[in-house]
Formats: sequence, C-alpha cells, structure tokens
Amino acid sequence: MIAVRNLTKKYAHNVAVDRISFEVAKGQIVGFLGPNGAGKTTTMRVLTCFLPPTSGSASVAGFDVLEQPIEVKRRIGYLPETPPLYLEMRTSEYLTFVGKIKGLRGAELAKRVNYVLERCAVADVKDRVLGKLSKGYRQRVGLAQAIIHNPDVLILDEPTAGLDPKQINETRDLIKSLAGDHTIILSTHILPEVEQTCQQVIIINKGKLVATDSVNNLQNRARGAGSVLVEIASRNGPLDPAAAKNRLELVLGVTRVLPRTSRANFLTFEIEGKNDLAIRGDLVRAIVAAGWDLNELRTASVSLEEIFLQLTNPPTDNSESKQNSATDRAAAGV
Amino acid sequence: MRNIGTICQKELRSYFVSPIAYLLLAMFAVIFAFFFWNVLGYFVYLGMESQMRGEMFPMNLNEEVIRPLVSNVSVISLFFIPIITMRLFAEEKRNGTIELLVTSPVHDFEVIFGKWLASLILYASFLFLTALNFIWLFKYGNPDWKPMAVAYLGLLFQAGALLAIGTFISTLTRNQIIAGAATFGICLLLWVLEWVAGYESATWAQVLAYLSVLTHFDSFSKGLLSSKDVVYYVSAIVLGLFLTARSMESLRWRS
Repeated sequence: MIAVRNLTKKYAHNVAVDRISFEVAKGQIVGFLGPNGAGKTTTMRVLTCFLPPTSGSASVAGFDVLEQPIEVKRRIGYLPETPPLYLEMRTSEYLTFVGKIKGLRGAELAKRVNYVLERCAVADVKDRVLGKLSKGYRQRVGLAQAIIHNPDVLILDEPTAGLDPKQINETRDLIKSLAGDHTIILSTHILPEVEQTCQQVIIINKGKLVATDSVNNLQNRARGAGSVLVEIASRNGPLDPAAAKNRLELVLGVTRVLPRTSRANFLTFEIEGKNDLAIRGDLVRAIVAAGWDLNELRTASVSLEEIFLQLTNPPTDNSESKQNSATDRAAAGV
Repeated sequence: MRNIGTICQKELRSYFVSPIAYLLLAMFAVIFAFFFWNVLGYFVYLGMESQMRGEMFPMNLNEEVIRPLVSNVSVISLFFIPIITMRLFAEEKRNGTIELLVTSPVHDFEVIFGKWLASLILYASFLFLTALNFIWLFKYGNPDWKPMAVAYLGLLFQAGALLAIGTFISTLTRNQIIAGAATFGICLLLWVLEWVAGYESATWAQVLAYLSVLTHFDSFSKGLLSSKDVVYYVSAIVLGLFLTARSMESLRWRS
C-alpha cells in the first residue's frame, strides 16, 4: 500500500531523512518510532505530498507522490501534529468543509459527516465552536477530518500527544478500531503506544532507518539474553550485598550476577545464566537454603523501550540508558 | 472548479463570522458617508454661489460629486485592502491549517483563486454600501448612471489588483501584522509613484507613473473604459496570483 525507496529529504543545513526504505502492507497499523527530531514528521509530510522528496521515491496505493499528487491525496487521510482546525468554525461545519475539499458532495457528504461524528465520538459537540473544545475533542475532530473521505491510508502524526491518560486510551482504541478498513501509519515517541496499537514498527533515528520489524520479533530479539531478575529479602537484619552476590554466583549455570538496587532489607540482582529456564529452580533453592526470602523472580524486562534505546543509543553507557528508560516509563505513565 | 466555490465560501464565512467584516464595513460606510456629506455640501454651496452671481451654466452631478467621491473611495481602499488580505494565508500558516489545504486533493490555484475571490467579494460589499448613498442623488438629481457604473468597475479592478498583491504578501509570513504592514506599504508606494510625473517627464518617471495604481483609475473615474488601463489591472491581478502560486509552491520546498 505504501512503498518508500531510498527516500532522502535535505533542508538547507541538515539532512532530515537519509535514504529510508520501507513498505507497508494493506490493513496494517505501523508504528513510526523515533526520538524527537528523528525525521518522522518529515517522512510523513513527504507521504502526504506536503513536502517533495530531495531524492528517492515514495508511493501510496501505486501512485507516486511527485507524479500524481492529487491521486495520492485522494487516498490519504492526514492528521498533523496539531489538528488543522479552523477555530472559528463549528464541528459539523468544519467536517462538511473538509469533506467538500476531499471531493465529497451532496447526500454522500452528509452521510459521511454523520458517520465520522459518531465514529470519533464528537457528535455531542457538533454545534460547538472548535476553538472552545478541549484538547481531547480537538484531537478526535482531527481524526474525524482525516477519515471523512474513507481514505485507504491514514497518516497520524503523534495522535496522542498532549492528551490525558483517559483520552490517550480512547484515542488508541479508536485508532485500533479503524485498522480493518485503513492502512495506518502513526508516529510516536511513546513506546508502550506502539506495543499496544501496532503490528509493525519502523524505528528511525537521526534520519536513518534503524530497524523495521514486527513488534513480536523485536521483543523476541531482545529476550535472547535470557536474564532473570530476583529480589531477595532477609528476615533478620540487613543483608550483605557482597556476600549475597557471592552466594548467587555459586549457583550452577549462573554466568554473571549484577547488583541492581539495594534498599535496607531488599536486594535486587540481574542474573544471567547459560540457560534461562534451568537456573531458576537452582536459584530458588539456593536462596531459600541461605535463609532469605524470595520476593520476586521474573524475566528481565523486554519492553520495546529497551530495544529502542539499544538501537538508537550507542551501547557504551549502559547505566545511563537504563536510567533513561526508567524516566521514560514514568513519563509515559506506565 | 467546484473547489474554488468551496474555498471562497469558507473564506467569506470566516470574514463574516468574525467581527472583521462588520468592523471594516462600518468604518468604510462612516468614512464614505462623511466624504459624501462633505462633497455634497460643497456642491450645494457652489450652486448657491453661482446662482447669486447669476451664472447660468449647468452644474454636473457626475463631474462635481460622483467623480471626486469615487476617487476618494479608491484612495480609502488603499487603507482597507491590507486588512482584508493579511489573514488569507498568514493565518492558515500559523494555525497549521495550510497543511490540510495542501494535503487535500485540490489544486493550488483553486485555493488561491478562491481566497482572492472571497476578498474581492468582501470589498464589493463595501462598494455596495457606498453605492447606497448615491440613491439620494438619483432621487433629487439626474446623474448619468453609465459613467458611475464604469467608475465602480474601475474600483473593482483596482481592488482586484491590490488584493492579489496582498494575497501574495500574505503567503510570505505567518504573522498577520507583518503581512498587513507590508501590503499597506506597497499600496501606499503604488499610490505615490504617480507623483513623480508632476515635475519630471523623463522616461523613467513615466514608467514609475505607469506603475502607479491610481493613474489608471483616472479614466475610470471619468467614466471612460480604456483598454490600456484594463490591461494594466488585469496584468497586475495575474501577476499577483501567479506570484502567490509560486510562493505557495516554494513554501513546500523551503519549509
């Protein structure tokens, strides 16, 4: 449905997108992932014919963005980062206007306006002036505007940015429910969003394509290391971290023990073993034999965030990236 | 082509849904009414004076009232046109709605022409208000309506040209005030250019005078429809809209 080949976009002083190639099949939801300034918006603007590519090509539904922009535009619904609303218009009036410039007329137009009003849950504000709507409503009107002409492809630039958690969930659900009829590309820098909504991920950083894969594959890729997190506690007095570490290292099959956090009576270790499954039993027995409590034992986290950070950051400063991922997670409200 | 209508309608709505249109209409009406009262008062004064002196040659409403009045309108317009055009593209650029227009299956020229047409229609509604005053002349006098119609046509041509230039300037910035101020500057410049012709008759002065919008309005105000002036205004309109189209295109290459 979407094919991008060696796409490059240069501005006067920098290269925003550098030889990116990817394809998106019909009906998929693809997450377009990257830190701020990675080139997500630029790529989307090329796909929507807002910006011409410097070199390379992009096509939507078989139409090239440079050769047949009008055909491409007919098949694309686009929600820019800030919804393009005429703030002095009323909701239904605005949607009618957008429907008209997208080529709808008469009964068909009225039908589609009513449909998107319901679909995006903005029917209750259809006579309100857009400038007076809350951010969540504006975003949904923006989505309604993007799907009004029933486009094959939906391009959504950070559709959940600036919404509160409830609105974020509603918007994600809405996007997911649109997936059947439309091919969707959504950009974001919030990783759980991709895990929750998308089937396919395209990660870019500094204008370069870093990875393109399914969400499952990417998660599996990072799981390969097979490390385990354990949290132990002592019933009588503080634990000696060094002693605990030494004891755990003695367990058969353990190759490395990394202290993670230590708080009064709790110690957390990340333990790497030759074989993830085999060491767990021995670990538990060793911990119990030593007279400690086992509070937690789980597979070390494999969120997309860590994969993302691994892929976008040089792996040298590991500790810092771990910290970043923790703050990111807090910021994303997870 | 239908898109031109859609865009034009949208622009007109946003003029009339905000106070801008009404404010401009009211100001234009008041200023014109003042001029009308003034010119008419002078006309009556002249009439009484010539009667007292026993002069018998007839006084002409078209020459003595309508002509100075439409000339005044053409000058007042210079002040109003920047306010009409400044928002056309600058506002869309600031609000990001330009992205909606550009990524919709409409051609650039449809957007540009639609917007320009809306601004011209708004200006025409100003003229309609001024024309209402002239009803009194027809009620109590006997002016010829044909030169008046030509004068109004000239006003529309002149405004069309300036509006096209204003539309172009509005694409250059996302700041309405800058767009308005720059358009105002250019309007003034195009007005005063003709002043050089007053003392200088060299070719360059003639060229400058030719470029002035108001020189070309002169014959219209007399009720003369000269093809030379029509050509000037039409080419100014085409140039303005053409530059707008180029600027809209370059917006994409640059942004």
